[in-house]
Amino acid sequence: MLSIKDLHASVEGNEILKGINLEVKPGEVHAIMGPNGSGKSTLASVLAGRDDYEISQGSVQFDGIDLLELSPEERSREGLFLAFQYPVEIPGVSNTNFMKACINAKRKHHGQDPMKPHEFLKMIKEKAALVDLDPQFLHRSVNEGFSGGEKKRNEIFQMAMLEPKLGILDETDSGLDIDALKVVSNGVNALRNEKNAFVVITHYQRLLNYIVPDFVHVLYKGKIVKSGDKSLALELEEKGYDWIKEELTPAQ
Amino acid sequence: MSGRDNDKILDEVTSSEYKYGFTSNIEQEFAPVGLDESTIRFISAKKNEPEWMLNWRLEAFKKWQQMKEPEWSNVKYPKIDYQSISYYAAPKPKEKLGSLDEVDPELLDTFNKLGIPLEEQKILAGVAVDAVIDSVSVKTTYKEKLAEAGVIFCSISEAVQNHPDLIKKYLGMVVPTNDNFFAALNSAVFSDGSFVYIPKNTRCPMELSTYFRINAQNTGQFERTLIVADEGAYVSYLEGCTAPMRDENQLHAAVVELVALGDAEIKYSTVQNWYPGDKEGKGGIYNFVTKRGICKGPNSKISWTQVETGSAVTWKYPSVLLTGDNSIGEFYSVAVTNNHQQADTGTKMIHIGKNTKSRIVSKGISAGVSQNSYRGLVRVMNRAENAKNFSQCDSLLIGDKCGAHTFPYIEIDNKTANVEHEATTSKIGEDIMFYCQQRGLDPEEATAMIVNGFSREVLDKLPMEFAVEAKKLLAISLEGSVG
Repeated sequence: MLSIKDLHASVEGNEILKGINLEVKPGEVHAIMGPNGSGKSTLASVLAGRDDYEISQGSVQFDGIDLLELSPEERSREGLFLAFQYPVEIPGVSNTNFMKACINAKRKHHGQDPMKPHEFLKMIKEKAALVDLDPQFLHRSVNEGFSGGEKKRNEIFQMAMLEPKLGILDETDSGLDIDALKVVSNGVNALRNEKNAFVVITHYQRLLNYIVPDFVHVLYKGKIVKSGDKSLALELEEKGYDWIKEELTPAQ
Repeated sequence: MSGRDNDKILDEVTSSEYKYGFTSNIEQEFAPVGLDESTIRFISAKKNEPEWMLNWRLEAFKKWQQMKEPEWSNVKYPKIDYQSISYYAAPKPKEKLGSLDEVDPELLDTFNKLGIPLEEQKILAGVAVDAVIDSVSVKTTYKEKLAEAGVIFCSISEAVQNHPDLIKKYLGMVVPTNDNFFAALNSAVFSDGSFVYIPKNTRCPMELSTYFRINAQNTGQFERTLIVADEGAYVSYLEGCTAPMRDENQLHAAVVELVALGDAEIKYSTVQNWYPGDKEGKGGIYNFVTKRGICKGPNSKISWTQVETGSAVTWKYPSVLLTGDNSIGEFYSVAVTNNHQQADTGTKMIHIGKNTKSRIVSKGISAGVSQNSYRGLVRVMNRAENAKNFSQCDSLLIGDKCGAHTFPYIEIDNKTANVEHEATTSKIGEDIMFYCQQRGLDPEEATAMIVNGFSREVLDKLPMEFAVEAKKLLAISLEGSVG
């Protein structure tokens, strides 16, 4: 589904991604871990199409499409979703109206008619329940006055509404207490199926107790330096990142 | 506002042209170009006016001749040559217009194209319309039904003929002929407009609406609207305007007067969409309008709501004189400027009576290389005990070549006054844009959504049909301003 080959990206002349290779197949959950500043969030932004970054080398195929050729909204409509680390507020725009516009933009892209109001209403209620969001919140402006936890739950709610092929979670666990973490994780787990895939970016192993990954990758200085299964995450939790750094040093 | 309306609006954002820019091929008659006493006599004669009306005009003209065009506003435009304009243009009457069958089919077609059908059965449920093209009113709908409630809704020309006592009593009461340069000009040459009178303790049974259309080339439009709500009366009135796309600038200098007697309430909403000129700033309407209401009696209320998207230059300050004790004045405004448009708009709230309250919510949106200014005055006179005002002025910038300016003036002569002013300026930033794009909205859809959200507090004040229209307009006005 997602095939990243030798991806290099820089911002203002500083190379941050220095040759990323990653293959994600339908039904898989990949965790990307790594110390601060290793390029985790950059990878998420580059995949979503933020234009602050210059791609100097490499390719990204998404379901057979050259992802890097698409605008951010086209990537979204093709089924790529990014749950933001810092979701923005949109004053005066209700969650309902926002979601309706987004869903219908996607449907239009795929040659479908706008969703019928009753279908939409039903869907929005179901999906809100999935992440334990009070229906009242649907009338409130997008993220305005939301607590950190509510914002993150809203990201997962939006992901549930848009039913992406690939969901990228950028440090969704940061700033969440254990209860909120469970709610968010349950939401993601409920969405998992054999057709979609998730890339979970996190600094801590904690989240991976709830969203159990098939693969764990360690990103360090713009490269994936180690890959393994979920036991790698536990190892990192126990030993930190230093042993990986040390492992790499003799090779230089 | 339901989600469905929002979607419809977003869907309809497809073409970036001014969609009301067509011209109609109507047989018209004009006053000779230029302005002197004979022009005024010509207009007055055309309208078969009584002597007192002609004299009122001539007096205004004399005052105008001694006045200077104001230069204090934050707008720039070439000097207007008042001698090169025709001050009267009217569709040639076939016969006296009694029923719709007698209206020129081309005219009906014009209003149909504008989405304002004049056949009563097709009209938006429960809205009575007065349609004014260039200098004359062509049709007022639902007149009979309104008459049953004692409501008078007709063109001001008809009112001069049929209700001279009311006109004599109220015309010029709020905006005297010598109030300002454009008001004086209007008083001298005004051609048509609407007149509304709601009798005592009557709630007007439907929304009233006037739709103004400039069609003729090289003419000015000078309409005059007068709305009187007698004691305990209520009326909600809507005003819409469009004009064809033309290369030259056209002048629109209207006067609107509102009179609310004791316990009366007038709600006046405008969606102003005069042709703004093209992307290079060529053409467009100069919109120099004097709008003022008086809360004359105790406990009366006047509320102005405006959505300003059109015109090349806008100069407009809907105001309220709060004379009656406990009276309330409100001003809700969304002003959008794009490309080369300039707007200098705001309000004046003059607190004269005791316990008077006013509320100002102004949302300015600037894009392109446009300039958008809020100018407001809150004045509390010395006998206005316990006056309260709250003002909020928010500006939203799109791109980095436009300007937003705020000029709040506050003059207080009574220590018990409580005046609050809040202002914010924000920019549609990359973060919010990227967030919306990541959810599947293209930059124009995202802008429309953000702008509608920013303006929601004001849009929510509009009657339903107008709110839908206004949201569409906001989106269309800002097309091409991003990306």
